Amino acid sequence: MENSIVLSIMAAAIIAGTPLLYAALGEILAERSGVLNLGVEGMMLAGAVSGFMVTVMSGNNWLGLIFAILAGGFMALIHAFLCVTLKANQVVSGLALTIFGTGVSGYLGKSLIGIPAPVTFEKIPIPVLAKIPVLGPVLFNHDALVYISYILVPLIWFFLYRTNAGLKLRSVGENPAAADAVGVNVFLTRYVYVIVGGMLAGIGGAYLSLAYAPTWLEHMTAGRGWIAVALVIFAVWDPVRALIGAYIFGGVDALGFRLQAMGIMIPSFFLKMLPYIFTIVVLILATRETHKKRVGAPGSLTLPYDREER
Amino acid sequence: MSVPQIAKKEQGFRVTLEKRGTTPYLIHFLVPVSSVVAALLVGAIFLKATGHSPLEIYAMMFNGAFGSMYGISETIVKAIPLMLTGLGVSIAFRMLLWNIGAEGQLYMGAFAASWVALFAPDMPGYIMLPLMFIAGFLGGALWGLLPAIPRAFLGVNETITTLMLNYVAILWVDYLVYGPWKDPKGFNFPLTAPFRDSASLPTFGNSRVHLGLLFALAAVVIVYVLLKHTRWGYEIRIIGESQNAARYAGMNIGKNILLVMLLSGGLAGLAGMAEVSGITHRLQHGISSGYGYTAIIIAWLSKLNPWAIIIVSFLFGGLLVGGFSIQTSGLPSATVFMLQGLILFFVLGGEILTRYRIKLQRGRK
Amino acid sequence: MADSTLVSMRGITKTFPGVLANSDVNFEAKKGEIHALLGENGAGKSTLMNILTGLYRPDEGEIWIKGEKVVFRSPKEAIAAGIGMVHQHFRLVQPFTVAENLILGSPRPGRILNMKQVEKEITSISKKFGLEVDPRAKIWQLSVGEQQRVEIIKMLYRGADILILDEPTAVLTPQEVKELFKTLRMMADEGRAVIIITHKLHEVMAVADRVTVLRGGKYIGTVNKKETTKQELTKMMVGREIELSSNQDDYNPGEDVLILENINALNDKGYPALKNVNLTVKEGEILGIAGVAGNGQRELAEVVTGLREIQSGTLKINSKQYCNCSPLEIIDAGVAHIPEDRLGMGLVPSLGAVENIMLKEYRKKEMNKGLFLNHKLLKKKTGELIEEFGVKTASIDSPVKLMSGGNLQRLLIAREISCQPKFIVASYPVRGLDVGAIEAVHRILLEQRKAGAAILLISEDLEEIFALADRIAVLYEGEVMGVIRTSETTVEEIGLMMAGSREGEKVS
Repeated sequence: MENSIVLSIMAAAIIAGTPLLYAALGEILAERSGVLNLGVEGMMLAGAVSGFMVTVMSGNNWLGLIFAILAGGFMALIHAFLCVTLKANQVVSGLALTIFGTGVSGYLGKSLIGIPAPVTFEKIPIPVLAKIPVLGPVLFNHDALVYISYILVPLIWFFLYRTNAGLKLRSVGENPAAADAVGVNVFLTRYVYVIVGGMLAGIGGAYLSLAYAPTWLEHMTAGRGWIAVALVIFAVWDPVRALIGAYIFGGVDALGFRLQAMGIMIPSFFLKMLPYIFTIVVLILATRETHKKRVGAPGSLTLPYDREER
Repeated sequence: MSVPQIAKKEQGFRVTLEKRGTTPYLIHFLVPVSSVVAALLVGAIFLKATGHSPLEIYAMMFNGAFGSMYGISETIVKAIPLMLTGLGVSIAFRMLLWNIGAEGQLYMGAFAASWVALFAPDMPGYIMLPLMFIAGFLGGALWGLLPAIPRAFLGVNETITTLMLNYVAILWVDYLVYGPWKDPKGFNFPLTAPFRDSASLPTFGNSRVHLGLLFALAAVVIVYVLLKHTRWGYEIRIIGESQNAARYAGMNIGKNILLVMLLSGGLAGLAGMAEVSGITHRLQHGISSGYGYTAIIIAWLSKLNPWAIIIVSFLFGGLLVGGFSIQTSGLPSATVFMLQGLILFFVLGGEILTRYRIKLQRGRK
Repeated sequence: MADSTLVSMRGITKTFPGVLANSDVNFEAKKGEIHALLGENGAGKSTLMNILTGLYRPDEGEIWIKGEKVVFRSPKEAIAAGIGMVHQHFRLVQPFTVAENLILGSPRPGRILNMKQVEKEITSISKKFGLEVDPRAKIWQLSVGEQQRVEIIKMLYRGADILILDEPTAVLTPQEVKELFKTLRMMADEGRAVIIITHKLHEVMAVADRVTVLRGGKYIGTVNKKETTKQELTKMMVGREIELSSNQDDYNPGEDVLILENINALNDKGYPALKNVNLTVKEGEILGIAGVAGNGQRELAEVVTGLREIQSGTLKINSKQYCNCSPLEIIDAGVAHIPEDRLGMGLVPSLGAVENIMLKEYRKKEMNKGLFLNHKLLKKKTGELIEEFGVKTASIDSPVKLMSGGNLQRLLIAREISCQPKFIVASYPVRGLDVGAIEAVHRILLEQRKAGAAILLISEDLEEIFALADRIAVLYEGEVMGVIRTSETTVEEIGLMMAGSREGEKVS
């Protein structure tokens, strides 16, 4: 293949990987606090539709983004209330969130189908940096949300491993009884990070409807929320590995499109299957790897905490 | 036991939750019913807020689903795949296998049954239908087995893999109906040529209610007996309650994961067979209106109880039919999914009442 | 009130559904004293201390700290008041380092962590009290004794002056216990109040200044150690004289039932847990496995019941090879297993008695009618066993998790014994039980011995092992330190072996 095609696929991989990255980072925070949220798909859809709707109404994509964040956060709040306060089954609650998010976004988005976004997140080449050969066009010729995600990854990493609050977050996910005994507020911690996780998923959704597509389609996430959940396992709950994983998945996605555009004789249906099959394969490999190294999920993942449980 | 984060200290009173030892039967019945009512109320507020008249819409839905003989028969038609997929999902959930791939398993069942109908069309009905039945079951069962293998041997999260396989199955069927299996006389619509009459399930009277109803009811009875009265059913229940105890008692967990996913997928596959053989009489794009996902809600709302699945499936069949009838007034089909999600939220939230007793205590200074 | 009183709890009452855990309990601890809170399992000691540390809220009663009335709404407030507790099950985050555990929840290190600074501080505290530990080690890499040290340093780091230790000696060798007591005395002498929760009389006599006794959730009294005796304390604690059944029968062992040869196995983390273990258990004998918990006992029990993979070596039962066989094959060989974790492994908590009794026999032909389970027969059998073993249950169908610990253990043992086992593995069979249930369990084990069963008894309680076992094997870091006839050894010798010296070795 030509050099420029390789570069354009790599740039496309980053764009396709960005919504996955936001959603996976959010899920990492939620799971680090011990709450599994399988509702990422629903939260992304809620973010995508509300971001798009507010952008259409106001003509301001940043305002749209804020509403996408609020929508994702609100959805996550439902999950937190059910799972943390009412100690409901986290798997089923997450499924409910996905079903509800699919429904509510389809309901609200009916009138938006076919409307183009009035404003989108446009590419902003970064001066100087964008001129670097190879790296420039791949990394520094994107929209603002991509750049924000570049900053977010090291920020979350630093927060998790180098700050007092990050230590508390991790302790709540590993051993809430230990955290509680030294005065860490387990319930508050879980609420906060589940909601922050939902907000990030909301951004991921808005990225699809305001930058990637940019339009509203019913169920436009097409399983990306679930891929993000798989990514978290692949990433061993680490933000930096999530970044790598997201771009690999983005690459598979972009490659499918590119092959189609190049008129390769594979029916498009099979190319569309690629990300899903790739997810399954990666999940199997990642699970084997984590078993071998005996690293894994936060110790209390999916377990509700009851201080007086005896 | 009191749960501090709920405990509110207000004017000398404090709300505490106390863990129940046993749950009265009435609660088991009341909680789901009131959850559904509460969900409809919240749905009404939402409809109102978005400029619709909830009463009108609910009335329209109710009329569409239960207001006429035709409505009721259509509700039963929808209840058939819901019962089969709901049953399949519930038996997997029993073992804490989160099979959310019923949608894909249904598609693969439909695909396998159609394959028999399309490529061996000359057989008489009494051979054709049993063959389609077996093919449908196997199609779904093998699709369910696929994610069960990594789960059983490597512990790979089945929630994600079963869901991913839904997309793959749907794309596979799309490939066939848009491509090699497309009906040349079908005006380019994504569907196969119609089956011969020998491949169609007999119907009751003039309605579209077909023999699949009997499959579904028989499946309920079989699953009930299996769980309650057989060694295998006992193993499934023990594994679902405590994997450690199951291992301790010498049960083979991996083998059971494979078997249960075969059965679970097979039941969903039967739903697919019933749809193509009883309703559409051909394989086509979008043969399921989300039955496999609704099945999750049905299973949970029924507390995984096979008998309850009959009733709940009927009600959710009504919800789907009602959902179609409101589309004429401009509401999207997604409204139904929204209501389904709400119902599941309230059922989940309401479960705390089956586990805890709410107590109002006089607080002290 | 005297100035030296640091803690005063008055009229504390706390109920859990169906259990009155504390009823009008009083408790007081002074500056500079070691105060023992004594009582049987289930007497309400832990509940009382969990109330003091803000984990539970009392239904009634008052707490005064340093002369001020307080209401703790969370552990955080109790910590701020200077209260620190070392729980029986350590509250440590396993994948964290020692230093991370120590600063968790404390505002002292600031928002952004400077671990080097923190590690320095920790080293200085641990030096001062002779509690050595590497601040960079991960918790799961530490021995149980070291983990306890971390818990104690954690309290000191937070500046606690009221220190509570829940059953601190359960996980220590006799020698480590002496070290611990020295440390506790040092801390009391510095003006702290040290409270130890225990049910072991000799520890009370060895270390405490005053003793408060609870029984069945009720306050029995507080006495000065100097003015009391073991006998008086026993009476206060139990309410009657007790006699532990002891093994005084003739020792006539038969054939070897269990033979372990050079067994190696890994723990859950993938590290060696059993190293070249050689053991035999004969017909009609009880082999006691002594050792501090966490030295390979769990892995040993799991290896012989087929629940854990054997890396190398041979396992023979009745002279047949059973290496890496499925648990089912081992059950079929006539092995009964009374596991450590009753509710988590031995029983299914949310199911009723019938479904728990049939857990191992449901496969048998006679329990089925063709394809279907014979519910009638299973019910009848359950009724008989419940009667025979004196299990108290509201109904045969109510979930077993509602039963008391003693009844749960009776139910479990009833099932295991009803299979007429040739070999019984009993892990900590009386842990957490009251005196009545302990007596019953011990009697059953001795009866089985008499009937010719071979029994592997794992216990951390040396008194129990000395009372029951014919021979004692000591496990230390996964190795067998020696196997001795009970009649030919002493608690001191076994204690030394528990700390890692081999049979016959002198202390270096």
